Amino acid sequence: MKKSDVPQDNSSLKSGDFKELCYAVNEDGEYTTANSSGWEPKTIALDNAIQEINERVAHAKDKVINNQTSPIEYYMELHKMDISILSSYVGIWKWRVKRHFKPKVFQNLSSKILQKYADAFEITLDQLKNIEHGD
Amino acid sequence: MEINFTHHQSAHCENGVVSNLMKHNGFDVSEPMAFGIGSGLLFCYIPFLKVNHAPALTYRAMPGLIFKRFAKRVGIKIKREKFKNPETAKIRLNENLAENNPVGLQVGVYNLVYFPDEYRFHFNAHNLVVYGKKGDTYLISDPVMETVTTLTEKELEKVRFAKGAFAPKGHMYYPIDFPKELNIRKAIVKGIKHTCRDMLAPVPVVGVKGIRMVAKLIRKWPKKKGVKVANHYLGQIVRMQEEIGTGGGGFRYIYAAFLQEAGKLLENDSLTQLSTEMTEIGDSWRDFALDASRIYKNRSAKDDAYNNIASQLDDLANREEAFFKKLRKAI
Repeated sequence: MKKSDVPQDNSSLKSGDFKELCYAVNEDGEYTTANSSGWEPKTIALDNAIQEINERVAHAKDKVINNQTSPIEYYMELHKMDISILSSYVGIWKWRVKRHFKPKVFQNLSSKILQKYADAFEITLDQLKNIEHGD
Repeated sequence: MEINFTHHQSAHCENGVVSNLMKHNGFDVSEPMAFGIGSGLLFCYIPFLKVNHAPALTYRAMPGLIFKRFAKRVGIKIKREKFKNPETAKIRLNENLAENNPVGLQVGVYNLVYFPDEYRFHFNAHNLVVYGKKGDTYLISDPVMETVTTLTEKELEKVRFAKGAFAPKGHMYYPIDFPKELNIRKAIVKGIKHTCRDMLAPVPVVGVKGIRMVAKLIRKWPKKKGVKVANHYLGQIVRMQEEIGTGGGGFRYIYAAFLQEAGKLLENDSLTQLSTEMTEIGDSWRDFALDASRIYKNRSAKDDAYNNIASQLDDLANREEAFFKKLRKAI
Protein backbone atom coordinates (compact mmCIF):
# COMPACT_ATOMS: atom_id res chain seq x y z
CA MET A 1 0.00 0.00 0.00
CA LYS A 2 1.30 3.44 -0.91
CA LYS A 3 1.20 6.15 1.71
CA SER A 4 -1.06 8.21 -0.53
CA ASP A 5 -3.48 5.25 -0.68
CA VAL A 6 -3.97 4.95 3.07
CA PRO A 7 -7.76 5.11 3.31
CA GLN A 8 -9.39 8.07 5.03
CA ASP A 9 -13.00 6.96 4.80
CA ASN A 10 -15.46 8.21 7.32
CA SER A 11 -16.11 5.53 9.81
CA SER A 12 -19.67 5.48 11.04
CA LEU A 13 -18.36 5.33 14.57
CA LYS A 14 -19.50 7.88 17.06
CA SER A 15 -15.94 8.42 18.08
CA GLY A 16 -14.68 9.49 14.69
CA ASP A 17 -11.54 11.07 16.10
CA PHE A 18 -10.10 7.63 16.74
CA LYS A 19 -7.27 7.20 14.25
CA GLU A 20 -5.23 4.09 13.88
CA LEU A 21 -1.74 3.57 12.59
CA CYS A 22 -1.09 1.90 9.22
CA TYR A 23 2.13 0.86 7.54
CA ALA A 24 2.65 2.07 3.97
CA VAL A 25 5.45 2.89 1.53
CA ASN A 26 6.33 6.45 0.49
CA GLU A 27 7.35 7.59 -3.04
CA ASP A 28 10.88 6.22 -2.56
CA GLY A 29 9.60 2.77 -1.63
CA GLU A 30 10.58 3.23 2.02
CA TYR A 31 8.24 2.00 4.73
CA THR A 32 6.68 4.63 6.93
CA THR A 33 3.55 4.98 9.03
CA ALA A 34 0.37 6.94 8.44
CA ASN A 35 -2.79 7.46 10.42
CA SER A 36 -6.02 6.20 8.92
CA SER A 37 -9.43 7.48 9.93
CA GLY A 38 -11.17 4.37 8.65
CA TRP A 39 -11.74 2.05 5.72
CA GLU A 40 -15.13 1.25 4.30
CA PRO A 41 -14.89 -2.57 4.17
CA LYS A 42 -13.93 -2.53 7.83
CA THR A 43 -16.72 -0.19 8.79
CA ILE A 44 -19.25 -2.43 7.06
CA ALA A 45 -17.87 -5.50 8.80
CA LEU A 46 -18.04 -3.80 12.19
CA ASP A 47 -21.52 -2.42 11.51
CA ASN A 48 -22.70 -5.89 10.58
CA ALA A 49 -21.26 -7.36 13.75
CA ILE A 50 -22.97 -4.71 15.86
CA GLN A 51 -26.24 -5.21 14.04
CA GLU A 52 -25.95 -8.94 14.69
CA ILE A 53 -25.52 -8.27 18.41
CA ASN A 54 -28.48 -5.90 18.45
CA GLU A 55 -30.61 -8.58 16.80
CA ARG A 56 -29.54 -11.09 19.41
CA VAL A 57 -30.40 -8.64 22.19
CA ALA A 58 -33.81 -7.88 20.69
CA HIS A 59 -34.50 -11.60 20.25
CA ALA A 60 -33.54 -12.30 23.85
CA LYS A 61 -35.78 -9.47 25.02
CA ASP A 62 -38.75 -10.94 23.15
CA LYS A 63 -38.07 -14.29 24.72
CA VAL A 64 -38.06 -12.75 28.20
CA ILE A 65 -41.35 -10.98 27.54
CA ASN A 66 -42.88 -14.25 26.31
CA ASN A 67 -41.59 -15.99 29.42
CA GLN A 68 -39.35 -18.33 27.41
CA THR A 69 -36.15 -17.32 29.13
CA SER A 70 -34.98 -15.39 32.18
CA PRO A 71 -33.62 -11.83 32.13
CA ILE A 72 -30.15 -13.31 32.70
CA GLU A 73 -29.96 -14.34 29.05
CA TYR A 74 -31.07 -10.88 27.94
CA TYR A 75 -28.40 -9.13 30.02
CA MET A 76 -25.82 -11.65 28.85
CA GLU A 77 -26.51 -10.74 25.21
CA LEU A 78 -26.63 -7.03 26.08
CA HIS A 79 -23.11 -7.31 27.49
CA LYS A 80 -21.87 -9.16 24.39
CA MET A 81 -21.17 -12.22 26.51
CA ASP A 82 -21.70 -15.90 25.88
CA ILE A 83 -22.36 -18.57 28.48
CA SER A 84 -18.72 -19.36 29.15
CA ILE A 85 -17.77 -15.71 29.65
CA LEU A 86 -20.76 -15.13 31.92
CA SER A 87 -19.98 -18.31 33.82
CA SER A 88 -16.45 -17.12 34.59
CA TYR A 89 -17.64 -13.66 35.68
CA VAL A 90 -20.20 -15.00 38.16
CA GLY A 91 -18.15 -18.04 39.18
CA ILE A 92 -20.99 -20.45 38.51
CA TRP A 93 -20.70 -23.57 36.36
CA LYS A 94 -21.94 -23.26 32.79
CA TRP A 95 -24.65 -25.88 33.16
CA ARG A 96 -26.02 -24.03 36.18
CA VAL A 97 -25.99 -20.72 34.32
CA LYS A 98 -27.89 -22.39 31.51
CA ARG A 99 -30.39 -23.73 34.02
CA HIS A 100 -30.87 -20.21 35.41
CA PHE A 101 -32.19 -19.20 31.98
CA LYS A 102 -35.37 -21.11 32.76
CA PRO A 103 -37.96 -18.61 34.05
CA LYS A 104 -39.21 -21.04 36.68
CA VAL A 105 -35.73 -21.70 38.05
CA PHE A 106 -34.92 -18.00 37.90
CA GLN A 107 -37.91 -17.11 40.08
CA ASN A 108 -36.70 -19.37 42.86
CA LEU A 109 -33.10 -18.23 42.88
CA SER A 110 -31.71 -17.00 46.19
CA SER A 111 -30.86 -13.32 46.42
CA LYS A 112 -27.24 -14.34 46.96
CA ILE A 113 -27.02 -15.87 43.50
CA LEU A 114 -29.07 -13.10 41.92
CA GLN A 115 -26.64 -10.60 43.44
CA LYS A 116 -23.76 -12.35 41.67
CA TYR A 117 -25.46 -11.82 38.33
CA ALA A 118 -26.40 -8.25 39.20
CA ASP A 119 -22.77 -7.53 40.10
CA ALA A 120 -21.51 -9.05 36.85
CA PHE A 121 -23.89 -6.88 34.83
CA GLU A 122 -23.41 -3.89 37.16
CA ILE A 123 -27.12 -3.42 37.76
CA THR A 124 -29.41 -3.54 40.77
CA LEU A 125 -31.45 -6.59 41.76
CA ASP A 126 -34.55 -4.74 40.69
CA GLN A 127 -33.16 -4.10 37.22
CA LEU A 128 -32.16 -7.75 36.97
CA LYS A 129 -35.69 -8.93 37.72
CA ASN A 130 -37.45 -6.44 35.45
CA ILE A 131 -35.71 -5.83 32.18
CA GLU A 132 -37.82 -2.76 31.44
CA HIS A 133 -35.86 -0.96 34.10
CA GLY A 134 -32.63 -1.68 32.25
CA ASP A 135 -31.68 0.08 29.06
CA MET B 1 4.48 10.31 40.45
CA GLU B 2 5.12 10.36 36.77
CA ILE B 3 7.88 8.49 34.98
CA ASN B 4 9.45 10.27 32.04
CA PHE B 5 8.10 7.92 29.38
CA THR B 6 7.72 8.68 25.69
CA HIS B 7 4.55 7.42 24.05
CA HIS B 8 4.79 6.23 20.44
CA GLN B 9 1.64 5.13 18.66
CA SER B 10 1.89 1.72 17.06
CA ALA B 11 -0.36 -0.44 14.94
CA HIS B 12 -0.49 -3.39 17.28
CA CYS B 13 -0.59 -3.34 21.07
CA GLU B 14 1.90 -6.09 21.88
CA ASN B 15 4.65 -4.96 19.48
CA GLY B 16 3.96 -1.42 20.62
CA VAL B 17 4.50 -2.22 24.29
CA VAL B 18 7.71 -4.11 23.49
CA SER B 19 8.99 -1.31 21.29
CA ASN B 20 8.02 1.45 23.74
CA LEU B 21 9.53 -0.33 26.75
CA MET B 22 12.75 -1.02 24.82
CA LYS B 23 12.98 2.59 23.71
CA HIS B 24 12.46 3.69 27.30
CA ASN B 25 15.43 1.56 28.31
CA GLY B 26 17.64 3.08 25.65
CA PHE B 27 17.37 0.52 22.85
CA ASP B 28 15.91 1.78 19.61
CA VAL B 29 13.71 -1.12 18.52
CA SER B 30 10.98 -0.30 16.01
CA GLU B 31 7.56 -1.92 16.03
CA PRO B 32 8.18 -3.99 12.86
CA MET B 33 11.50 -5.16 14.35
CA ALA B 34 9.77 -6.38 17.50
CA PHE B 35 7.10 -8.08 15.38
CA GLY B 36 9.56 -9.75 12.99
CA ILE B 37 12.01 -10.95 15.61
CA GLY B 38 9.14 -12.25 17.72
CA SER B 39 7.82 -14.16 14.65
CA GLY B 40 4.45 -12.49 14.95
CA LEU B 41 3.23 -13.29 11.43
CA LEU B 42 1.00 -16.32 11.13
CA PHE B 43 -2.19 -17.63 9.68
CA CYS B 44 -4.16 -20.08 11.71
CA TYR B 45 -7.70 -21.34 11.54
CA ILE B 46 -8.84 -22.57 14.93
CA PRO B 47 -11.38 -25.35 14.49
CA PHE B 48 -14.16 -25.98 17.03
CA LEU B 49 -13.76 -22.53 18.56
CA LYS B 50 -16.27 -19.75 18.02
CA VAL B 51 -15.62 -16.08 18.69
CA ASN B 52 -18.64 -13.78 18.59
CA HIS B 53 -20.59 -16.76 17.21
CA ALA B 54 -18.32 -17.12 14.17
CA PRO B 55 -15.27 -19.28 13.40
CA ALA B 56 -12.02 -18.15 14.97
CA LEU B 57 -8.96 -17.48 12.90
CA THR B 58 -5.91 -15.40 13.49
CA TYR B 59 -3.25 -13.63 11.45
CA ARG B 60 -0.74 -13.45 14.29
CA ALA B 61 1.01 -15.51 16.93
CA MET B 62 -0.66 -16.21 20.27
CA PRO B 63 -0.84 -13.27 22.69
CA GLY B 64 2.33 -12.95 24.72
CA LEU B 65 4.43 -15.09 22.38
CA ILE B 66 5.84 -12.17 20.39
CA PHE B 67 7.39 -10.57 23.48
CA LYS B 68 8.58 -13.92 24.85
CA ARG B 69 10.39 -14.88 21.64
CA PHE B 70 11.73 -11.36 21.15
CA ALA B 71 13.22 -11.33 24.65
CA LYS B 72 14.83 -14.74 24.25
CA ARG B 73 16.30 -13.95 20.85
CA VAL B 74 17.85 -10.57 21.68
CA GLY B 75 18.96 -11.70 25.12
CA ILE B 76 16.89 -9.63 27.54
CA LYS B 77 15.17 -10.97 30.64
CA ILE B 78 11.55 -10.25 31.46
CA LYS B 79 9.89 -10.54 34.82
CA ARG B 80 6.26 -11.62 34.72
CA GLU B 81 3.81 -11.59 37.58
CA LYS B 82 0.26 -12.84 37.82
CA PHE B 83 -2.03 -12.36 40.78
CA LYS B 84 -4.98 -13.99 42.47
CA ASN B 85 -5.72 -11.01 44.63
CA PRO B 86 -6.45 -7.60 43.03
CA GLU B 87 -5.11 -5.84 46.13
CA THR B 88 -1.65 -7.46 45.83
CA ALA B 89 -1.69 -6.72 42.12
CA LYS B 90 -2.24 -3.05 42.86
CA ILE B 91 0.48 -2.93 45.53
CA ARG B 92 3.04 -4.55 43.20
CA LEU B 93 2.13 -2.11 40.43
CA ASN B 94 2.52 0.88 42.75
CA GLU B 95 5.88 -0.43 44.00
CA ASN B 96 7.17 -0.60 40.46
CA LEU B 97 5.96 2.89 39.64
CA ALA B 98 7.64 4.18 42.81
CA GLU B 99 10.89 2.67 41.57
CA ASN B 100 10.53 4.59 38.31
CA ASN B 101 9.83 1.41 36.38
CA PRO B 102 7.06 1.61 33.72
CA VAL B 103 5.38 -1.79 33.36
CA GLY B 104 3.41 -3.59 30.69
CA LEU B 105 -0.01 -4.92 31.62
CA GLN B 106 -2.28 -7.42 29.94
CA VAL B 107 -5.88 -6.22 30.08
CA GLY B 108 -9.37 -6.97 28.83
CA VAL B 109 -10.85 -4.62 26.25
CA TYR B 110 -14.51 -4.78 27.23
CA ASN B 111 -14.23 -2.35 30.15
CA LEU B 112 -11.56 -0.12 28.66
CA VAL B 113 -13.43 3.17 28.95
CA TYR B 114 -11.32 5.23 26.54
CA PHE B 115 -11.97 2.79 23.66
CA PRO B 116 -14.86 3.56 21.31
CA ASP B 117 -17.90 1.53 22.37
CA GLU B 118 -17.97 -0.34 19.07
CA TYR B 119 -14.55 -1.85 19.69
CA ARG B 120 -15.30 -3.08 23.18
CA PHE B 121 -15.64 -6.83 22.88
CA HIS B 122 -14.65 -9.49 25.39
CA PHE B 123 -11.09 -9.72 24.22
CA ASN B 124 -8.54 -10.23 26.96
CA ALA B 125 -5.20 -9.99 25.24
CA HIS B 126 -4.75 -6.26 24.94
CA ASN B 127 -1.54 -4.67 26.22
CA LEU B 128 -0.69 -1.26 27.59
CA VAL B 129 1.97 0.49 29.66
CA VAL B 130 1.41 2.22 33.01
CA TYR B 131 3.92 5.00 33.50
CA GLY B 132 2.73 6.85 36.57
CA LYS B 133 0.02 7.64 39.08
CA LYS B 134 -1.54 10.90 40.16
CA GLY B 135 -3.93 10.69 43.10
CA ASP B 136 -6.06 7.66 42.30
CA THR B 137 -5.55 7.97 38.55
CA TYR B 138 -3.07 5.88 36.62
CA LEU B 139 -1.24 7.35 33.65
CA ILE B 140 -1.63 5.00 30.71
CA SER B 141 0.27 4.71 27.46
CA ASP B 142 -1.88 2.53 25.22
CA PRO B 143 0.16 1.90 22.05
CA VAL B 144 -2.82 1.87 19.69
CA MET B 145 -4.00 5.31 20.86
CA GLU B 146 -2.62 8.50 19.36
CA THR B 147 -1.85 10.04 22.75
CA VAL B 148 -1.52 8.97 26.37
CA THR B 149 -4.62 8.52 28.50
CA THR B 150 -5.67 7.72 32.08
CA LEU B 151 -7.66 5.18 34.06
CA THR B 152 -8.88 5.37 37.64
CA GLU B 153 -7.81 2.73 40.17
CA LYS B 154 -11.17 1.04 39.90
CA GLU B 155 -11.24 1.07 36.11
CA LEU B 156 -7.74 -0.38 35.91
CA GLU B 157 -8.54 -3.12 38.38
CA LYS B 158 -11.55 -4.12 36.34
CA VAL B 159 -9.62 -4.51 33.07
CA ARG B 160 -6.72 -6.28 34.80
CA PHE B 161 -9.13 -8.82 36.24
CA ALA B 162 -11.40 -9.29 33.25
CA LYS B 163 -12.75 -12.84 32.94
CA GLY B 164 -13.19 -15.29 30.09
CA ALA B 165 -10.70 -16.80 27.62
CA PHE B 166 -7.09 -15.63 28.18
CA ALA B 167 -8.13 -13.96 31.46
CA PRO B 168 -5.23 -11.63 32.30
CA LYS B 169 -5.23 -12.30 36.08
CA GLY B 170 -3.49 -9.00 36.66
CA HIS B 171 -0.61 -10.05 34.39
CA MET B 172 2.22 -7.51 34.72
CA TYR B 173 5.58 -7.68 32.94
CA TYR B 174 8.73 -5.64 32.54
CA PRO B 175 12.31 -6.18 31.33
CA ILE B 176 14.80 -6.56 34.18
CA ASP B 177 18.10 -7.42 32.57
CA PHE B 178 19.70 -6.20 29.35
CA PRO B 179 22.86 -7.33 27.59
CA LYS B 180 25.42 -4.64 26.70
CA GLU B 181 24.38 -4.90 23.10
CA LEU B 182 21.38 -6.67 21.61
CA ASN B 183 22.09 -9.59 19.25
CA ILE B 184 19.83 -8.05 16.64
CA ARG B 185 21.35 -9.76 13.58
CA LYS B 186 21.19 -13.25 14.98
CA ALA B 187 17.72 -12.56 16.33
CA ILE B 188 16.46 -11.46 12.91
CA VAL B 189 17.67 -14.68 11.28
CA LYS B 190 16.04 -16.77 14.00
CA GLY B 191 12.80 -14.81 13.76
CA ILE B 192 12.56 -15.16 9.98
CA LYS B 193 13.35 -18.88 10.04
CA HIS B 194 10.66 -19.45 12.61
CA THR B 195 8.05 -17.56 10.58
CA CYS B 196 8.93 -19.56 7.44
CA ARG B 197 8.57 -22.77 9.42
CA ASP B 198 5.18 -21.69 10.76
CA MET B 199 3.80 -20.57 7.43
CA LEU B 200 4.95 -23.72 5.62
CA ALA B 201 4.00 -26.08 8.46
CA PRO B 202 2.56 -29.43 7.38
CA VAL B 203 -0.51 -28.87 9.54
CA PRO B 204 -3.90 -28.46 7.84
CA VAL B 205 -5.01 -25.43 9.85
CA VAL B 206 -1.73 -23.48 10.01
CA GLY B 207 0.05 -21.21 7.52
CA VAL B 208 -0.61 -21.54 3.79
CA LYS B 209 -2.50 -24.78 4.37
CA GLY B 210 -4.76 -22.94 6.79
CA ILE B 211 -5.48 -20.30 4.14
CA ARG B 212 -6.46 -23.05 1.68
CA MET B 213 -8.69 -24.63 4.28
CA VAL B 214 -10.54 -21.36 4.90
CA ALA B 215 -10.94 -20.92 1.12
CA LYS B 216 -12.55 -24.36 0.99
CA LEU B 217 -14.88 -23.49 3.85
CA ILE B 218 -15.96 -20.23 2.21
CA ARG B 219 -17.11 -22.18 -0.84
CA LYS B 220 -19.27 -24.38 1.40
CA TRP B 221 -20.75 -21.76 3.74
CA PRO B 222 -23.54 -20.29 1.60
CA LYS B 223 -25.04 -23.74 0.94
CA LYS B 224 -24.37 -25.27 4.32
CA LYS B 225 -25.11 -22.31 6.57
CA GLY B 226 -27.24 -19.98 4.49
CA VAL B 227 -26.35 -16.56 3.16
CA LYS B 228 -26.89 -14.69 6.42
CA VAL B 229 -24.54 -16.83 8.48
CA ALA B 230 -22.02 -17.06 5.64
CA ASN B 231 -21.89 -13.27 5.49
CA HIS B 232 -21.51 -13.02 9.25
CA TYR B 233 -18.56 -15.42 9.03
CA LEU B 234 -17.01 -13.45 6.18
CA GLY B 235 -17.36 -10.27 8.22
CA GLN B 236 -15.49 -11.93 11.03
CA ILE B 237 -12.61 -12.85 8.71
CA VAL B 238 -12.35 -9.26 7.46
CA ARG B 239 -12.45 -7.92 11.01
CA MET B 240 -9.69 -10.24 12.17
CA GLN B 241 -7.62 -9.16 9.18
CA GLU B 242 -8.17 -5.42 9.26
CA GLU B 243 -9.35 -4.46 12.74
CA ILE B 244 -7.19 -2.18 14.87
CA GLY B 245 -3.82 -3.68 15.44
CA THR B 246 -2.89 -5.32 12.17
CA GLY B 247 -1.41 -2.25 10.49
CA GLY B 248 -3.39 -3.26 7.40
CA GLY B 249 -3.50 -6.44 5.31
CA GLY B 250 -3.46 -8.88 8.20
CA PHE B 251 0.00 -7.79 9.48
CA ARG B 252 1.52 -8.28 6.01
CA TYR B 253 2.53 -4.61 5.75
CA ILE B 254 4.23 -4.59 9.14
CA TYR B 255 6.10 -7.69 8.09
CA ALA B 256 7.17 -6.06 4.83
CA ALA B 257 8.43 -3.08 6.85
CA PHE B 258 10.39 -5.49 9.01
CA LEU B 259 11.95 -7.20 5.98
CA GLN B 260 12.99 -3.83 4.59
CA GLU B 261 14.63 -2.82 7.87
CA ALA B 262 16.24 -6.26 8.21
CA GLY B 263 17.56 -6.07 4.64
CA LYS B 264 19.39 -2.85 5.46
CA LEU B 265 20.77 -4.14 8.76
CA LEU B 266 22.03 -7.42 7.32
CA GLU B 267 23.02 -5.79 4.01
CA ASN B 268 20.98 -8.41 2.24
CA ASP B 269 19.41 -7.12 -0.99
CA SER B 270 17.18 -10.12 -1.52
CA LEU B 271 15.37 -9.28 1.74
CA THR B 272 14.67 -5.80 0.40
CA GLN B 273 13.25 -7.30 -2.79
CA LEU B 274 11.15 -9.73 -0.81
CA SER B 275 9.83 -6.82 1.22
CA THR B 276 8.39 -5.32 -1.98
CA GLU B 277 6.83 -8.67 -2.82
CA MET B 278 5.28 -8.91 0.64
CA THR B 279 3.78 -5.44 0.15
CA GLU B 280 2.12 -6.69 -3.04
CA ILE B 281 0.79 -9.73 -1.20
CA GLY B 282 -0.57 -7.36 1.47
CA ASP B 283 -2.31 -5.37 -1.27
CA SER B 284 -4.00 -8.55 -2.47
CA TRP B 285 -5.19 -9.28 1.07
CA ARG B 286 -6.72 -5.79 1.06
CA ASP B 287 -8.43 -6.56 -2.28
CA PHE B 288 -9.79 -9.75 -0.77
CA ALA B 289 -11.23 -7.79 2.17
CA LEU B 290 -12.77 -5.26 -0.20
CA ASP B 291 -14.45 -7.94 -2.33
CA ALA B 292 -15.64 -9.84 0.73
CA SER B 293 -17.17 -6.67 2.13
CA ARG B 294 -19.05 -6.14 -1.14
CA ILE B 295 -20.67 -9.54 -0.69
CA TYR B 296 -22.02 -8.87 2.77
CA LYS B 297 -22.99 -5.35 1.82
CA ASN B 298 -25.27 -6.57 -0.95
CA ARG B 299 -26.60 -9.45 1.12
CA SER B 300 -28.27 -11.18 -1.85
CA ALA B 301 -24.98 -12.49 -3.19
CA LYS B 302 -24.74 -15.38 -5.60
CA ASP B 303 -22.72 -18.53 -5.00
CA ASP B 304 -20.35 -17.30 -7.62
CA ALA B 305 -19.22 -14.38 -5.46
CA TYR B 306 -18.17 -16.75 -2.68
CA ASN B 307 -16.27 -18.95 -5.12
CA ASN B 308 -14.61 -15.85 -6.47
CA ILE B 309 -13.19 -14.68 -3.16
CA ALA B 310 -12.29 -18.25 -2.23
CA SER B 311 -10.18 -18.36 -5.41
CA GLN B 312 -8.51 -15.14 -4.33
CA LEU B 313 -7.56 -16.86 -1.08
CA ASP B 314 -6.22 -19.89 -2.95
CA ASP B 315 -4.13 -17.57 -5.04
CA LEU B 316 -2.82 -15.85 -1.90
CA ALA B 317 -1.93 -19.22 -0.41
CA ASN B 318 0.07 -20.12 -3.54
CA ARG B 319 1.89 -16.82 -3.53
CA GLU B 320 2.70 -16.97 0.17
CA GLU B 321 3.93 -20.54 -0.19
CA ALA B 322 6.35 -19.47 -2.92
CA PHE B 323 7.26 -16.37 -0.93
CA PHE B 324 8.23 -18.13 2.28
CA LYS B 325 10.22 -20.76 0.38
CA LYS B 326 12.22 -17.93 -1.19
CA LEU B 327 12.57 -16.16 2.16
CA ARG B 328 13.89 -19.31 3.78
CA LYS B 329 16.64 -19.48 1.16
CA ALA B 330 17.41 -15.76 1.31
CA ILE B 331 18.42 -15.82 4.93
